[in-house]
Amino acid sequence: MEALFINLEETVSIILFGIGFTMLLLHRNLIKKIMGMNIMDTAVYLFLAAKGYIKGRMVPIVTEGIQDVSAYINPVPSGLVLTGIVVSVSTTALMLALTIRLYERYGSLDLDQILMRAKEEERG
Amino acid sequence: MSRMKNNYENSRFMRFKRWVDGETDLLLNTMEIVPAKEPAAGEREEASKDSFGEKDGKNPPVFSEGRGLLYFRRFYQAVSVLLCCGIILVLLWTVAYLPSFGNAGNPDNNEVSARYIEQGLQETGAVNIVTGMILDYRAFDTFGESCVLFIASCCVLVLLRIDAADGDKNARKRLAESNDRIYEPKNDVILQKCACVLVPLILVFGIYIVLNGHLSPGGGFSGGAVLGSGLILYLNAFGFEKTQRFFTEKVYRRVTLCALTFYCLAKSYSFFTGANHLESGIPLGTPGAILSSGLILPLNICVGLVVACTMYAFYTLFRKGGM
Repeated sequence: MEALFINLEETVSIILFGIGFTMLLLHRNLIKKIMGMNIMDTAVYLFLAAKGYIKGRMVPIVTEGIQDVSAYINPVPSGLVLTGIVVSVSTTALMLALTIRLYERYGSLDLDQILMRAKEEERG
Repeated sequence: MSRMKNNYENSRFMRFKRWVDGETDLLLNTMEIVPAKEPAAGEREEASKDSFGEKDGKNPPVFSEGRGLLYFRRFYQAVSVLLCCGIILVLLWTVAYLPSFGNAGNPDNNEVSARYIEQGLQETGAVNIVTGMILDYRAFDTFGESCVLFIASCCVLVLLRIDAADGDKNARKRLAESNDRIYEPKNDVILQKCACVLVPLILVFGIYIVLNGHLSPGGGFSGGAVLGSGLILYLNAFGFEKTQRFFTEKVYRRVTLCALTFYCLAKSYSFFTGANHLESGIPLGTPGAILSSGLILPLNICVGLVVACTMYAFYTLFRKGGM
């Protein structure tokens, strides 16, 4: 239990991830599913950023010529978060476009109604 | 000689395979959503057993709700909550064993990041170590990201305009209806006056972020997003007639393609010369000056252009299904 409070940022990011995953499973509205997916993305960014932080150190921008490892935080997770943000923007746009197509075709955002109408069309 | 199985088609494995492939539906006519007028028959028994794989068992309240479906929905919700709680618990258990937060001795602070911090300024010329990392050491990774953005916008374009190519009358009509240009307010004075003040400021700030990517926090992605939002504000204030004078689909395609091609060629050149220990001939300049750090500044501009165009393209595509 104490270890969870020491790693408070990681704990919060795991709980956010769980909230997003629950939204993905329990909501039938496609837009809300996409929101849950985005919450999961945010949890991953928080986790990565927390992994890169080191107490009492500066942002990795060289100031006054100091190039000592003990002066700056880890720059690698920052670059990874950037990659994650870009990919999540792209996937969100793609999912929204697919949702628009589904709405135009079946007239509903509810996954059950979409599946039911698709089955009816399949049978003719 | 072993006995030949000639009833292979009816074996349990083949039935399972057909079910996995979606060719047959075990729950057909027993538990499915039907409109309220036709009463669904015989959907009591199979409710609670072996129905977890069937995702469409739940139904909205406007349709008839058999007892099996009701049970299944409750079962589904309970199992999903249990599954999520289980996942959270397992992950939290893992978090408890992680190395403590903010400790310099953690295993992720290894020789890779030490090398970037100690040698980054000499090797890339960029004061911002993160920019030096993503646009010099890992430049092809960033190239992949820009391509992902470009491909995503192309996919959205294809998905939203797939009917227009058919020449279908209904599709044309639907596109004309979804084109909301006719509904947008004409000449909103307050918005236009605010935009007159804000849009130049936003654009200048975005350009500043892009050009100072190697000196301060920022870079192509964040600056490009700021530029794109400035363009979107301009579009909302003055309408599509104004923006179409300088930003059409053709402009978007050309700008994005030129930026991506330049990025690819420049980085291929620098990696080729670097791998063969040749002199690349690109001066690194004095660290801290705006014209320094070799290829990073032009690459930042390329990424900024791609991101700004893609943000604007997403907005216009979702708004009216075309640029």
